[in-house]
Amino acid sequence: MLENLLLQALSGLASASSLFLVASGLTVIFGVSRIVNFAHGSLYMLGAYLAFTLVTFLPRGHLGFWGGILGAALLVGLIGVLVEVLLLRRIYRAPELFQLLATFGVVLIVQDLALLTWGPQDLLGPRAPGLRGSVAIAGLRFPLYELFLILVGPLVLGLLLLLFHRTRWGTLVRAATQDREMVGALGVNQRVLFTSVFFLGACLAGLAGALQLPRESVNLHMDLAVISEVFVVVVVGGLGSLGGAFLAALLIGELHAFGILVFPRITLVLVFLVMAVVLVLRPHGLLGSPHEPARAATAVTEPPTRPAPGPLRLLGLAALAAAVLLPPFAGDYTLTVLTDIAIAILFAASLHLIMGPGGMASFGHAAYFGFGAYAAALLTKWLAAPMAVGLLLAPFAAGLFGLIFGWFCVRLSGVYAAMLTLAFAQIAWSVAFQWVEVTGGDNGILGVWPSTWAAEKLIYYYLALTACFGATLLLRRIIHAPFGYALRAQRDSPLRAEAIGMDGFRIRWLAFALAALMAGVAGGFFAYAKGSVFPTFLSIPRSVDALLMVLLGGVRTLSGPILGALAYTGLQEQLVRVTDLWRLVLGCAIVVLVLFFPQGLAGAARDSWERRHEPTGT
Amino acid sequence: MTVQGIQRRHLLAGVAFGTLAAPGILHAQGGAGGEAIRIGEVNSYSSQPAFLQPYRNGWILAQEQVNAAGGVNGRRLETIFRDDGGRPEDAVRLAGELVSSERVHLLAGGFLSNVGLALADFANQNKRLYVASEPLTDALVWARGNPYTFRLRPSTYMQSAMLAEEAAKLPAKRWAAVAPNYEYGQSAVRWFKELLTRAKPDVEFVAEQYPALGRIDAGATVQALAAADPEAIFNVTFAADLTNFVRQGFTRGLFERRHVVSLLTGEPEYLEPLGDEAPENWIVTGYPWDQVETASHVAFRNAYRQRWNAHPYLGSVVGYDTVAAIAAMLRKVGGTQTEAMVKGMKGLRFDAVFGPVEFRALDHQATMGAYVGRTVLKDGKGTMVDWRYADGADYLPPDEVVRRLRPTAA
Repeated sequence: MLENLLLQALSGLASASSLFLVASGLTVIFGVSRIVNFAHGSLYMLGAYLAFTLVTFLPRGHLGFWGGILGAALLVGLIGVLVEVLLLRRIYRAPELFQLLATFGVVLIVQDLALLTWGPQDLLGPRAPGLRGSVAIAGLRFPLYELFLILVGPLVLGLLLLLFHRTRWGTLVRAATQDREMVGALGVNQRVLFTSVFFLGACLAGLAGALQLPRESVNLHMDLAVISEVFVVVVVGGLGSLGGAFLAALLIGELHAFGILVFPRITLVLVFLVMAVVLVLRPHGLLGSPHEPARAATAVTEPPTRPAPGPLRLLGLAALAAAVLLPPFAGDYTLTVLTDIAIAILFAASLHLIMGPGGMASFGHAAYFGFGAYAAALLTKWLAAPMAVGLLLAPFAAGLFGLIFGWFCVRLSGVYAAMLTLAFAQIAWSVAFQWVEVTGGDNGILGVWPSTWAAEKLIYYYLALTACFGATLLLRRIIHAPFGYALRAQRDSPLRAEAIGMDGFRIRWLAFALAALMAGVAGGFFAYAKGSVFPTFLSIPRSVDALLMVLLGGVRTLSGPILGALAYTGLQEQLVRVTDLWRLVLGCAIVVLVLFFPQGLAGAARDSWERRHEPTGT
Repeated sequence: MTVQGIQRRHLLAGVAFGTLAAPGILHAQGGAGGEAIRIGEVNSYSSQPAFLQPYRNGWILAQEQVNAAGGVNGRRLETIFRDDGGRPEDAVRLAGELVSSERVHLLAGGFLSNVGLALADFANQNKRLYVASEPLTDALVWARGNPYTFRLRPSTYMQSAMLAEEAAKLPAKRWAAVAPNYEYGQSAVRWFKELLTRAKPDVEFVAEQYPALGRIDAGATVQALAAADPEAIFNVTFAADLTNFVRQGFTRGLFERRHVVSLLTGEPEYLEPLGDEAPENWIVTGYPWDQVETASHVAFRNAYRQRWNAHPYLGSVVGYDTVAAIAAMLRKVGGTQTEAMVKGMKGLRFDAVFGPVEFRALDHQATMGAYVGRTVLKDGKGTMVDWRYADGADYLPPDEVVRRLRPTAA
């Protein structure tokens, strides 16, 4: 009994070590550059694939194997440098989280390139020479390679700590973490510093992937499987803290190893439960410091929000007219796409309320979308409610959960708040996934179709257009109302806002609940549009979609989400039908858009408009 | 000759020509060289390429064979493929596109169970025929079955039943189960437990593990199973989870002196990646493509090899059989009206690669079976031995039970 527990603990240590190795790279990158590097999982996957290729081609034996692993790590480091120099360097001045969009484009590109290069089959690499077998511990067998991994984790931690605390480069990096501008003012070449940090981070990711070769198969889903866990480890540990990341990895590895002994089905949600608990109790992670840099990394201040200028209003009216007058001539499929776009616009606009004017990023906004959809579906399934009732009540369900979750989330700030929203979203997802009696589990709820009077695609489209567009306009009106001003005030200068008597917490909380309510409206309409509701409505990819739409359009403009939703949905819908390699093309398109429009599409339009209409001589 | 006479002669000649030509005109509108029969196929090509690339190859092979033989009732078969990226909501949208823009006559495809269910519900609502090829969930034809959906592959119940029958022959009494944490895994374990306990009432299940799909922590899972000290293991994990489970299991000695019964592991898609680490003496369902020598399979294998320069996978067989089923139904029905096609699918018998298959009128489930056997290593690659073909028809519950499980009348 005790031996089994001991071995279970050791297994947990081995997973903790691998988790730490991946997370260390992300911690290093995030700590210095504040980049939310979504592509970290892709670098991990590339490390594994490159290690497989190198190890297969190099001669068998110690040199071939370890040389292959190190070679793969270095190659991935170089790929990271390439990504940084070509892409990320040009968008350091973009609004925060915009780099997330760029790295997401990289994720898509790498996915299709990996498929093209290595094929669809899983690849199983050779075992490590000299570490093939197992050792007897307390009478039971434990693999040698896992012991090796248990040692590698703390070793890498020690080396990194030495690097950061005993070398000049490390001192510069730590200084840049605290105050980037000052470091630049003191004559340090920031560009080279950032690129070298990225190289180190990417190397660590590649090394972590390569070291998995004797343990696991190399497959195309590795990137997305690892990225959410890595983010959790980094955030739970405290952003930028290596020791914290190690502690967090240890905590999660051990809890997982013992958790499955008690609750085998907890595998879906354990990581996020831990994150939620830790963030609620310690808002800056286990070892994170509460003093984030006061100044944002961007040098561009946001222009004050003004009512739309004349030409923009005309454009909006023209678009609305087209949306109302043209559809009767369109086919059923076009109407479906237009309905989807209307819903996406509302979804993006609701997220934009808290991301732009509110200044709080949210990685889990799909939860409220999903709550709305599930509320409508549950009412239809269990109470045989007509569509109107479902559509009316769905937003309130979403708003209620927005109130509850929002209370916890708005107490935090920055990426911590965003990750807590993600944690709640994943918990909601796993409840929807596992509570089979009520929600149907991952087989979802079927038969959520519109009432007969709205069964015609055209009528449903007009209904969705009215509701979604109306809600979007309402959100816009709210942003121009005193509440919107208060929201922006507490974002721009919390101290001054408190000084004149505004309760920042209450304002943020209400805004969060309002955003959740609007997302619920979108979710309700989506449920009836598709006819069935699945846990995928609550999942991370859907939250990421919302983020991408907002970022693509531009966080700093009010028309941003509308334009972003249109562009993203339209682009994806067209590409899926045209080519098998749609991920590659979509990724490249996103990267190109990011490079040419670092303020987002609407932001770029506004910038060019203001440049043309600037009074001369200023 | 008067003008009227000439006119009458010409009139008669014209009428004569007209009656000769009329069949030609009518023929051109709807017959040979006429409108092709369009099938809309929606599947998760980008998220499941390992299974679905061979699947599409098998599909295209079958379609080419049908068209080379003159098509169905003189009409060509055409398929429009769409990728849903593994998202049920996108699958529904694409099904709508196929139906309204591309004007397909019927829908097919689906790999993941939730996508299959979404497509089935769409088909039911829009009154279109949907021939599901791959989704394994029992709900597709039972709990959530509808009149417009038919499924080809043997369901979770059927394959669990095949393995439970083999498991009952083993002396083991203490069992452990490991399955991916979603409906397919949970159903497989549930059915296996029920059927095995019915056959051998004294078995007990001492441990169950449900790793998240695609994210198995193999070391901890193997250790947790070993801690319970079972005599036999029922494994439902597949793809990357299976590979990781096997590797960790071997290193920790989980499989020594233990029987293992494993779903789907004998399929080349999942056995090949294991290479020379393929487990031996596991009782599996699968597809020993190099050993089946029935006439229909040999013909299929040779044609597939010649066309694609690769050996067939189980996905290839599923794709090929779906087209064969649709073609057989269209020949029987003679037209493309949905209600007629649905009626034609019920009770349809056709010659599949593995042998004759019937789409039962009772629950729209096809009787396609699977090969059950043991795994063995040959020339450094895993394959099956001591296998037999288990006809799906023998592994379905009695009719009254099915009627209770499927609320909608057939």
